[in-house]
Amino acid sequence: MSKIKIVNLQKSFGDFTAVKNSNLTINDKEFFVLLGPSGCGKTTTLRMIAGLELPTSGEIYLGDEEVGMLRASERDIAFVFQLFALYPHMNVKNNLSFPLKMQGYSRSEIKARVEDAAKLLRIDHILNSNISSLSGGDRQRVALGRALVRRPKAFLMDEPLGTLDAEFRELMCLELKKLHIDIGATTVYVTHDQLEAMSLADRIAVMDGGEILQADEPSVIYNKPATKFVASFIGSPGMNFISIDQGISNEQSTLNIEGTDFSIPKQYEISKGKKNSFGIRPENLSLTNEGGLKGSVFGVEYLGSRKIVTVKTNFGEIKVKTDISTSVKINENVQVKPSNDNIIIFDGETDKSLKSEFMN
Amino acid sequence: MDTSRSYLEPSSFSKKLAATIIIVYTVITLIPISWMVMTSFKNVNSAISYPPEVLFEPSLEGYVNLFTNRSRQSQEYLDSLPAPETWYEELVRSREMVITGPSKFLGRYSNSMIIGFGSTFASVFLGALAAYAFSRFRVPLKDDLLFFILSTRMFPPIAVAVPIFIMYRKLGLGDTHLGMIILYTVVNLSLAVWLLKGFMDEIPKEYEEAAMIDGYSRLQAFFKVVLPQAMTGIAATAIFCMIFSWNEYAFAVLLTQFNAQTAPPFIPTIIGEGGLDWPAIGAGTTLFLLPVMIFTIILRKHLLRGITFGAVRK
Repeated sequence: MSKIKIVNLQKSFGDFTAVKNSNLTINDKEFFVLLGPSGCGKTTTLRMIAGLELPTSGEIYLGDEEVGMLRASERDIAFVFQLFALYPHMNVKNNLSFPLKMQGYSRSEIKARVEDAAKLLRIDHILNSNISSLSGGDRQRVALGRALVRRPKAFLMDEPLGTLDAEFRELMCLELKKLHIDIGATTVYVTHDQLEAMSLADRIAVMDGGEILQADEPSVIYNKPATKFVASFIGSPGMNFISIDQGISNEQSTLNIEGTDFSIPKQYEISKGKKNSFGIRPENLSLTNEGGLKGSVFGVEYLGSRKIVTVKTNFGEIKVKTDISTSVKINENVQVKPSNDNIIIFDGETDKSLKSEFMN
Repeated sequence: MDTSRSYLEPSSFSKKLAATIIIVYTVITLIPISWMVMTSFKNVNSAISYPPEVLFEPSLEGYVNLFTNRSRQSQEYLDSLPAPETWYEELVRSREMVITGPSKFLGRYSNSMIIGFGSTFASVFLGALAAYAFSRFRVPLKDDLLFFILSTRMFPPIAVAVPIFIMYRKLGLGDTHLGMIILYTVVNLSLAVWLLKGFMDEIPKEYEEAAMIDGYSRLQAFFKVVLPQAMTGIAATAIFCMIFSWNEYAFAVLLTQFNAQTAPPFIPTIIGEGGLDWPAIGAGTTLFLLPVMIFTIILRKHLLRGITFGAVRK
């Protein structure tokens, strides 16, 4: 196992730049997730680490070795594909032993390793089955098994749970996490599903438009997003934004919106630009009768343990996560108010979050 | 209301109609073939009797005549010979002839085998490599090249017979196995490339990528992962190539006489005493039919899947 480092990595396909000047360090034994919407460059980044695409420029280090221009077969990494790519003309056992055969292990060594992996993944009872007869979950396990028999330097996974149904995905998520703890392999995992990312990752890198916007622990990504995109992409529903047509001065701690003063965390950054926005997550808002932004209830979604109330205001729709006991009617006039100081101001020009007492 | 009938399921009447049409068509198609097989088991007289005999006493005379050269002898000479040792010798002598040696049929037949299977293998192998490259790599002018390859099939091959004849004579390829294998391979290759490219396109590239990650080179991945999965396409392509090169007549007549002559130009030249020896010709064509039939039956399972391949998303 070893750490992975990418330096100024760039990949263009003709005029289109899929990955822009990216830098990342993935620590040894870390479960690292690349998260982003489709087309953000996360899969391209992963495929460059794997050697399935060659970078246009930049370096990739696997351990201490620069591998950017090496073939996939020379890198000693394992890759789990979204559609598993299990060899359909071989049975489970042959699929698992396929990577070992190339490396010239003895027959008994191959047998032992295949059996170990099968036992670990609980697929030892289907070793002689055909791939086509397996369920989605078993295929997933075989794909993982094929990756881990070789004991590679790193595991790369490209949305491996994407094709499983919701219930199974949750189960496999748990299994993946447990497997990662058991074997402690450096893992890079690509997904567009934030729940998967949050539950699996030691650290997450959020990507958009070929750029890495933020790479940090899930809780930091969620609570202290570095950019407006991260804030809106993470969370379900995403963060609310209220555009405020005013600059921010140093040490500012109140903000006047529509004639009402709201206290905000003490700001440490000056932003003269207009079109700044005030960001707050739905769970940090509450409904009130006075002292908030005025609006009317547009919709109520019942989520079991919580309710999401959508309030139509002069600043657009604002989503509020409330207690189940809150009862509001459609079109009822309400006011919306922050219930704590988890408030982030985003600069209108750079889309970056401004430094403050909260965002230190 | 009668709800027992499904609108998706054909009615029993249309099923019966379809079955009838298929059976009638099959019978019509099989008549010449069964006539050919029957002729091969007739003797010279019953083969040409009028009205034609449908029920007859089977004889292996046609097959004996096909494999042997014979000469007519006087009764005195035949009487002077020792008793015939084998059943076919006896059969020939009953026609007042003796066997003078084996005929050329076996040699021509094995020429057909060598050239047919050789060119089929070469077409499929080269076709698979080219199809893989067209399917996976960024080949400059890919569409133009593919069209060019297809365009070689747009004129009847025999249209270039004269240039090829001259070329082969200059190159010393006339009447050689290699020459015929090359010729049939060239003709079949365009079909092979196009057919196989379709199949290669259907194989997700993740399979090779997985193999390359597993430590194999691209060529190894091609042989170990791509080819086995293209088996249906390869089988279908092989059958088409085999049928063409096995049946090809015009070039075989033109370019081969002795060493590399194939069965198609040879069979019509089987002439017996006083005209065509129909049972021998029947025997020759029956035997000629067998390899392609067996080859197709062996690959039939793949062929059926191959033709409908891609019709339904996996």
